[in-house]
Amino acid sequence: MLKPGAGWLRAVAVAAAVMLAGAARAETPFITVQSTTSTQNSGLLDAILPQFTARTGIEVRVVAVGTGHAIRNAMNGDGDVLLVHDKAAEERFVADGWGVRRFDVMHNDFVLVGPVEDPAGVAGGQDAVAAFRAIAAARAPFVSRGDDSGTHKAELRLWKLTGLDPVAASGEWYRETGAGMGATLNIAAGMGAYALTDRGTWIAFGNKAGLDILVEGDPRLFNQYGVILVNPARHPHVKAREGQAFIDWLTGPEGQAAIAAFRVGGEQLFFPDAR
Amino acid sequence: MRELPVAETIRHGVLEIEGLRVRADGGTLLDVPRLVLGGPGPTVILGPNGAGKSLLLRCLHGLIRPDRGAIRQDGVPLDAAIRQRQAMVFQRPVLLRRTVAANLDYVLRRRGLGRGDRRARIGALLAEGGLARKARQSARSLSGGEAQRLAILRALAIEPEVLFLDEPTSALDPAATQAIETLVKRASRRGMRVVMVSHDIGQARRMARDVVLMRAGRVVEHAPAAAFFAAPATLAARQFLTGTLVI
Amino acid sequence: MQDFAQEFTRALGLILSGDPGLWEIVLLSLRVSVLAVLISALIGMPVGAVLAVYRFPGRRVLIVLLNALMGLPPVVVGLAVYLALSRSGPLGGMQLLYTPTAMIVAQVLLVLPIIAALTRQVVEALDEEYAEQLRSLGVSRLASVPTLLWDGRLALLTAVLAGFGRAIAEMGAVIIVGGNINHVTRVMTTTIALETSKGNLAPALALGVILVGIAVAVTGAVSALSLRGDVEALRHA
Repeated sequence: MLKPGAGWLRAVAVAAAVMLAGAARAETPFITVQSTTSTQNSGLLDAILPQFTARTGIEVRVVAVGTGHAIRNAMNGDGDVLLVHDKAAEERFVADGWGVRRFDVMHNDFVLVGPVEDPAGVAGGQDAVAAFRAIAAARAPFVSRGDDSGTHKAELRLWKLTGLDPVAASGEWYRETGAGMGATLNIAAGMGAYALTDRGTWIAFGNKAGLDILVEGDPRLFNQYGVILVNPARHPHVKAREGQAFIDWLTGPEGQAAIAAFRVGGEQLFFPDAR
Repeated sequence: MRELPVAETIRHGVLEIEGLRVRADGGTLLDVPRLVLGGPGPTVILGPNGAGKSLLLRCLHGLIRPDRGAIRQDGVPLDAAIRQRQAMVFQRPVLLRRTVAANLDYVLRRRGLGRGDRRARIGALLAEGGLARKARQSARSLSGGEAQRLAILRALAIEPEVLFLDEPTSALDPAATQAIETLVKRASRRGMRVVMVSHDIGQARRMARDVVLMRAGRVVEHAPAAAFFAAPATLAARQFLTGTLVI
Repeated sequence: MQDFAQEFTRALGLILSGDPGLWEIVLLSLRVSVLAVLISALIGMPVGAVLAVYRFPGRRVLIVLLNALMGLPPVVVGLAVYLALSRSGPLGGMQLLYTPTAMIVAQVLLVLPIIAALTRQVVEALDEEYAEQLRSLGVSRLASVPTLLWDGRLALLTAVLAGFGRAIAEMGAVIIVGGNINHVTRVMTTTIALETSKGNLAPALALGVILVGIAVAVTGAVSALSLRGDVEALRHA
């Protein structure tokens, strides 16, 4: 006789059981790191984190968003460690009591990339501020992250030095993507625009299509990364011991060596500078 | 088609209506001061379109609650328990989207029959209705006549005391109509009270033991079929039989 | 822009190589979305059926609300679930943020209105046809719900499929509440976004191809299942 649904229900139950069994895997100790797209998109974290896990048995779960977003997530307590690149914002984070202490980890530099045709004629220069002025004068397309990330903040600092307000031209030659570094580079490549990017992401980026580095070497293009333990006094659930172990490793000889050893196409992307 | 054995001759399901009234939008759709359906049956309710035949049937089956009045079966006011002893077949058969056999199984299972009993009962019913070979076919793939036969079998499955039929053959060809009428007549002979709405005088002549003629929400005449057709007592009945009665 | 045909060839190569990382991501996607759809169906179908069968004050409002929720932007759902599950949020203590469970929760919120609203439509249409007959058979309104759901099974399967399509293809919600953490919450759509942002178009395209493949396979399986379901029903009868 017909039993409505009997066979189906059984199939559904079995499927659910299989699915749940998959969900209930053994938990290894882990920490959550709020970090930036540049550390992830460049492949750095994928390269060095397994070494830390092998040494300590602690798994590192990375949430990669813009620096501003990462800091806000950390303020909400949604991470144990913050690894970002906006020193001013990081120091404010610690001063306001959200973080325990800030440590330098590594640096690289920003570079100005743009179409090889170079309509603003900035190629080969070392003065980033002059290059920005030339781009504005030529009204050549420039793509900005526009997402409150470390790179975006660095770009805005450079614009400030030019005395110009590119945001006034937003939607014309100045385009704010509100997206990550890679997505922004894809857009720059698609429309033949200039963009400021960290060197690490640029080197690892696979879709350079018609873009090249045009300006580099300006000291004002320095890009410093810092690491901070989220303050357990604010968020008691923070895994302070494991988080500190990660910071100690990252700023210690082993982590620093791992950062220095990370290369893409033979090129070093990040330069360890922990003291 | 095989016949089920005749079970009993004592007839249950005497239906009584008193002071029945159904209103809508200020008008009176149904006004039946008194009507007793207690003869051997089948009873055929005749009348032009809009006379309130189907409405009366739905009141008797408890599908529509009248504004006023009482309906009793064997002296007991119509309630859920009484309604369990009734069944109804609609003008357009409503079949579940399942197999032919599963449509019968659905009602038998609700009556709490065991697996073996259901199987036997379904077999007997399908044989009775000439649908044995279609048992595993989807009910929705049946022809119009077969579908209505299945709807009747499903109504018979619970062995109701009263079987209501609302113009069950109005969309069927003569052969299919005859098959339906045979099923219904047999049920009536086995002692089931059959109350059937029709606007087909020929069908009433073939089926009815008594006839209720309705017009504009009222019962105009209730008479044994022979008397009704031979000597209609009212002008309305004479007009209806000659095809000149309107509303 | 690299040559599309070339990227596509590399993408197919990746799929055929059976790269374990790729399949881990595909399996996680399936696990999350299938569970989300199952949960949504278990809740959404009865809710939709009750809305179809019962008349009560506020019903119309609920139906309008449900239909509107069908088009909820995933990012908004992601944000709402993030705020609820964040350590600073009301449910922060459950420690669900950045887990597959959080992604399932977000997808349930996206899929549930679809399944409930479509179920309501299907069951209401069917009830229009069945209501009088079921009443005649003495079936109460409540008891008619399973009957209507079962008889509407083919249309409901389509509703479930629509829900699955939305779940497996959405990214806005899962990237916020899952965090796109490697080996933990990285699913097909978030990987596609990540690899695209790295400029690695081939793996992104490979996952895109798999995503389309899954959609086709599920549709095919469901139509096969519904066919078999009918045959089964016939055999059991």
